[in-house]
Amino acid sequence: MKGYLVLRVIAKMMIAFMLLFALYVQFHGDFGPGGGFQAGVISAAAIILYGIIYGLPAARRVIPEWLVETMVAAGVLLYALVGVAGMVLGGNYLDYFVLDADPVHGQERGIFWVEAGVFITVSGVMLKIFYLFAGRARGEEEPGA
Amino acid sequence: MIISVLLTLMALATVSIIVQRNLFSVVILFSIYSFLMATVLVALDAVDVGMTEASVGAGISTVLFLGVLYLTGAEEMKPLHRPFLPLAVALATGSALVYGSLGLPAFSDPQAPIHQHVAPRYIHDGPRETGVPNVVTAVLASYRGYDTLGEVTVVFTAGVGVIALMRARRRRRREEPK
Repeated sequence: MKGYLVLRVIAKMMIAFMLLFALYVQFHGDFGPGGGFQAGVISAAAIILYGIIYGLPAARRVIPEWLVETMVAAGVLLYALVGVAGMVLGGNYLDYFVLDADPVHGQERGIFWVEAGVFITVSGVMLKIFYLFAGRARGEEEPGA
Repeated sequence: MIISVLLTLMALATVSIIVQRNLFSVVILFSIYSFLMATVLVALDAVDVGMTEASVGAGISTVLFLGVLYLTGAEEMKPLHRPFLPLAVALATGSALVYGSLGLPAFSDPQAPIHQHVAPRYIHDGPRETGVPNVVTAVLASYRGYDTLGEVTVVFTAGVGVIALMRARRRRRREEPK
């Protein structure tokens, strides 16, 4: 879709707002609707839109393959480590009360990092699946294969 | 009222998906179905779930379906077998589910067991204990942290599974010609 000038310009304008909205959904999830899962999907959608309009190689330059694959695992690891941090600080697994001297602050801190873990894994998986499918479509030139 | 209209439209979309043989139209109808579902969820005040449905069901799935459609043909093939056995299985399962739903408490009944168990505590003590005004986030990330950890692990496993499948395929093709 490299020839469509209107699409290219509009997409470039939209993507910034999409990423901003993803961050809003992520960090405002404590107060309004949303959270790590939704924000992860929205941010992945922004990159997917970029990939559709500007081509897969351009998207791979913005978010390289190794980063996406690291994100897939890093999010789960971050989530699990929040649980371990609770144990190290003298609580149970995934106990947020001990993460700070003030239990309520500890809860907020725990929820923040847990949501960050969800965000990283979800956006990583969504992007990876898109890269795989789109990459196959490009590599397969022969008909009927 | 609005929910009945939306559900009717969803039923119409489902019937068109079954009848339709052009897969591109089917993908678009799937997307329309998801948006209607998201609107129903918003009408039911489940904004968090509605947002997820709109972004995953109508957004990402549509893109992935279109990506798959690019790899395959755009027209569905005629089925090889008569659809009576699957139809009978589907009808039997469906009627069993409808029969089961007759035993559920009435819609939005405040005396239903689900509203009497832990929900009042979450709503009452959640904001004070976690400092998070959105009960959904408090339940998902704090009270039900284990469940969400499991959920993220499921997403992770799904991603790893897709990576393993597509990688293996690509490697095999590279080895074959030489």
